[in-house]
Amino acid sequence: MTEALEILFTASFWVAAIRIASPLIFATMGELICERAGVLNLGIEGIMTVGAFAGWFTVYSGGDLWTGVLIAALAGAAFGFLHATLTVPLGLSQHVVGIGITLLATSLTYFTYRLALPEVTSPPKIEPFATLPIPGLARIPIIGEALFSQTPLTYLAFVSVVLVAWVLYKTPLGLAIRAAGENPSAVEAQGISVTAIRMGAVMAGSALMAVGGAFLTMSAFNSFFFNMINGRGWICIALVVFGSWRPGKALIGAILFAAFDAYQVRLQQLSGGVVPYQVFLMLPYILSILALVLVARRATYPKALMIPYQKGER
Amino acid sequence: MRLEPKPAPSLGILLLYPLAAVAATVVIASLLVLAAGASPFSVFYLVAKGAAGSQFALMETLSRATPLIFTGLAVAVAFRAKLWNIGAEAQLYMGGVMTVVLGTGLLPLPSYLLIPIIMVAVMAAGALLLLGPAVLKTRFGVDEVVTTLLLNFIVLLFVSMLLEGVLKDPMGLGWPQSQKLIAEARLPRIVTGRRLHYGFVIAVVAAVAMWVVMKKTTLGYEMRAVGHNPEGARFLGIPVNRVLMKTALLSGGLAALAGFSEVAGLKGNLTLDLSPGFGYTGIVVAMLAVLNPLGVVASAIFVAGVFVGADAMSRSAGVPSYIADVMVATSLLTMVTAMLLVRYRVRWK
Amino acid sequence: MSPKASTEVETVLRLTDITKRFGPLTANDAISFELARGEVIALLGENGAGKTTLMNILFGHYVADEGTVEAFGELLPPGDPRAALDARIGMVHQHFTLADNMTVEENITLGTQGLFSPKLDHTARKRIVDLSTNFGLSVNPRATVASLSVGERQRVEILKALYRDARILILDEPTAVLTPAEADALFRTLKLLVQNGLSIIFISHKLHEVMAVSDRVLVLRAGRLSGERKTAETNRQELAALMVGQEIAPPQVAPPRPGAPLLVFDKVSTARRGTGAFLDRVSLTLTGGEITGLAGVSGNGQAALAAVMSGVEAPSGGTISVGGQTVSDWSPRTALASGIARIPEDRHAVGSIGDMSVTENVIGERYRSERFSKRGLLDWKAARDFAEQLIHDYDVKCPSPDARIRLLSGGNMQKLILGRALDPDPIVILANQPTRGLDVGAVSYVHNRLLAARDRGAAILLISEDLEEILALSDRILVISKGKLSTPSSRGERSVRELGELMAGHAEAASHAA
Repeated sequence: MTEALEILFTASFWVAAIRIASPLIFATMGELICERAGVLNLGIEGIMTVGAFAGWFTVYSGGDLWTGVLIAALAGAAFGFLHATLTVPLGLSQHVVGIGITLLATSLTYFTYRLALPEVTSPPKIEPFATLPIPGLARIPIIGEALFSQTPLTYLAFVSVVLVAWVLYKTPLGLAIRAAGENPSAVEAQGISVTAIRMGAVMAGSALMAVGGAFLTMSAFNSFFFNMINGRGWICIALVVFGSWRPGKALIGAILFAAFDAYQVRLQQLSGGVVPYQVFLMLPYILSILALVLVARRATYPKALMIPYQKGER
Repeated sequence: MRLEPKPAPSLGILLLYPLAAVAATVVIASLLVLAAGASPFSVFYLVAKGAAGSQFALMETLSRATPLIFTGLAVAVAFRAKLWNIGAEAQLYMGGVMTVVLGTGLLPLPSYLLIPIIMVAVMAAGALLLLGPAVLKTRFGVDEVVTTLLLNFIVLLFVSMLLEGVLKDPMGLGWPQSQKLIAEARLPRIVTGRRLHYGFVIAVVAAVAMWVVMKKTTLGYEMRAVGHNPEGARFLGIPVNRVLMKTALLSGGLAALAGFSEVAGLKGNLTLDLSPGFGYTGIVVAMLAVLNPLGVVASAIFVAGVFVGADAMSRSAGVPSYIADVMVATSLLTMVTAMLLVRYRVRWK
Repeated sequence: MSPKASTEVETVLRLTDITKRFGPLTANDAISFELARGEVIALLGENGAGKTTLMNILFGHYVADEGTVEAFGELLPPGDPRAALDARIGMVHQHFTLADNMTVEENITLGTQGLFSPKLDHTARKRIVDLSTNFGLSVNPRATVASLSVGERQRVEILKALYRDARILILDEPTAVLTPAEADALFRTLKLLVQNGLSIIFISHKLHEVMAVSDRVLVLRAGRLSGERKTAETNRQELAALMVGQEIAPPQVAPPRPGAPLLVFDKVSTARRGTGAFLDRVSLTLTGGEITGLAGVSGNGQAALAAVMSGVEAPSGGTISVGGQTVSDWSPRTALASGIARIPEDRHAVGSIGDMSVTENVIGERYRSERFSKRGLLDWKAARDFAEQLIHDYDVKCPSPDARIRLLSGGNMQKLILGRALDPDPIVILANQPTRGLDVGAVSYVHNRLLAARDRGAAILLISEDLEEILALSDRILVISKGKLSTPSSRGERSVRELGELMAGHAEAASHAA
């Protein structure tokens, strides 16, 4: 039993937790921007797949790592554009279009992968982002190692939280995004196009989701394989709800979740096979559902979430 | 840009727009085929031939369509009441589990008793699985999209646990698979030597039954009213939550039958690769059919044809068979757009 | 409030031949007028006359099919709210355009800075405070909009326009949601604005307001400009005639023949919900053969009362009896079964299911009855016959019983809802805003049907925000304020002024105290 507790005080555990959290942070921030503007983006799972492939493939084809991140973001934004075109000006069901985008993005990725690497049996590896310890800070025990001895992409994930929070709460653009998700007619009455705000938010959010996917291939597994997103996108949707649509709370949610995930892996090793390993693997998904049940009653949804808006409508 | 409602569309328009959606899908797929360095004409010829070019191909297509009819019906029924069941995949696997639990010798009964008993149990298993998210939705306000999606992962792990544990076939050489069904639990083949089995007939019967439910019964009326306008439905005296529960039971039961029909009709046992995403493809099938239960049969056969044809094509033409998934996903998006344009006119000013 | 007489009149806004069609309906037909600096124009017209459409064109929400808008001598590009704002036109919409999750300050500054500027303008708060003191628009800039009262929200809307230096202010039915006292405060603010050189277009269908605030009145009828008068040279009678077109005889009201109490609420309460009003031990008796009018400013508990009476909300306390029987297990079904007919306030969101057919809509309250279904199977022929019967009896214009009800006009939809409710000869009728947004002909049709039901012996509760409608039809009048009912008064017993005071929540005058 003490062994189970001791895990919590090891640096390697927290390093792993933060690493697991990183892609979730990117994608959760991406989904949060979309939903704050009033659009549920169920394309997230597919867009993360695209990002994972695009980043990896760019590097595999000789590009450098940051070019890979950029290409992943652009690919994500492109699918975001498609999603937004269908759901914003055309006002189609965000549920159906989101699932459609996930199916399309995933299948296009797999098609491209097979086309590019027809004969490969084991997916080729790339040279990933190296850890970049921050001098001084990285030497603080446990916390320092966990937070400041990571790859640049992890730092970028934390920067993205600050950036999203700052834009949403401290800039005129953020006012417009939040208003678009609450009462779009308020945005239009002040001379701003709801369509432009929502489409922009979905594209920016999708770019972040794709970078979250790219983290997996460029900073964690070093290669691309099928089904590698494995429900992470759906978990991020739960994290947005859990974080009550606030970047800071969503960040805490992502880290808690990741810590739990890292913990279950270690518990699994401790349990020595008495409990089937599938039970441990199930726990993160079950935890997500429980978290939703806990917060759903109190959640203050953006009021215009999932409601299409037409100009001149009140 | 603005959308203006159009009056009731003529039959011509109703047929023209979906055809345009299919045409757009074919054009997009052609671009991918060109990117793969093949000729779209020969590729689509090979797809069509692989899907319907021979009795063997046709039977293969119908066999592949069978689970898609069930999951398509499950989605069509649920979406009609705006219950977003994205968890048909999980319900399908629960159906498979229930089939092997009862069908591998636990109940030594003749076929005419055993198969109906298994079907009822299978439907109950799938129904209960969807009842959870439905209760969470109506009681706690938890979005069922996320819960049903997450359940897909949970159930797959659960099945994996069973297949490495209590349901593991001791003669399976260590593979995670269940024992084979006893002969009495198997659905017979329609034509000996072909894979098409009586699950297809059950699927078509289910589609007709669902059509009757939706069009002729008070339950169907209630489901449509709840789907179109829950607040208006509540005002009329329709018990909205109870209708959503009934919808969940029906939808989950139908999706579970897909698992039953695959195990009892085709595979003979349960493995972790029972479904290559039939649950998700069911969403496309339902949307292509505009949620009409009879249309589901047609769209399931079409979608199955694309998959079966693409498999055959990719063996000979070298274009990855994932082209089928791309086409199916694309057709979903073009189809919902087309159906919007049937009802609304886009005005650019 | 007359235009400055000293120099020649400066025209700030000119509309020329504005025409707008929605399908077969011409909402605006070649409308032209000018607005001078410091002038208040009242745009008067019935619901559906085209006032709001015209203002939405002016503000760029809609694009006119024909015609032009000029502000300060410059042509406004069509369909661009930004251009209207830049031309210093401000609009206070009837339904507020505020984001509830944001503060007053955030709502006001939204869109006033470049979207991509890196930080918010922190001088804004001081300007807002200055504006609100100068024009009597007190509101806390740091408050969240969700926490504001309706009157405060309207002040925020006006501040939004003033913050942008609006020179032309359009107010769409601004008093609909205000108590008489709040309305007076609004009028004082408008006076201050005009003194500062603003021009105002005031949209209303209330004659006394128009007479009180405007310099000039434009009357719209069925999309056309039917008259233009200087306020000083006209009177209410003339304006009413211009507005309505034909002399609509007020409904012939026979003397009531009160019967037994048919609906009794005994100390009925509802759960609190957010900031909305709830019922607190409300007792109410509706007598057969009488129309009881419920007057009040919107948002004072009418919604809760209507929700309970229609069965949608079960009371958290108290008892309800219908026709002498106490009903437990209160729901829409039990309400219907005990003989209550319901005409809901919102015929689109609640009263109909837009994407279902006329037939499917009219059987909605009774689809489980013997008449329309047997053992769970619907009898579509009986249903369609019933729809055809209602279409005939209630003079509904519709292409076929199979048409989606969404495609019907408001008046025809309301007639169907009326028919659906009245066909089973109910003993109690809830008519919640039954004529809102209908044209004159449809209004008098609805009134006559309600009177006929009353003369047949039904007990009717008429909820309306239009005091004139209440006065015209009611045998007894109740006023609701903050979820509490006043004592009833019979026809003509209380003056409009006394009713107004009750609506504002002032204690009842001594003469009416119980």
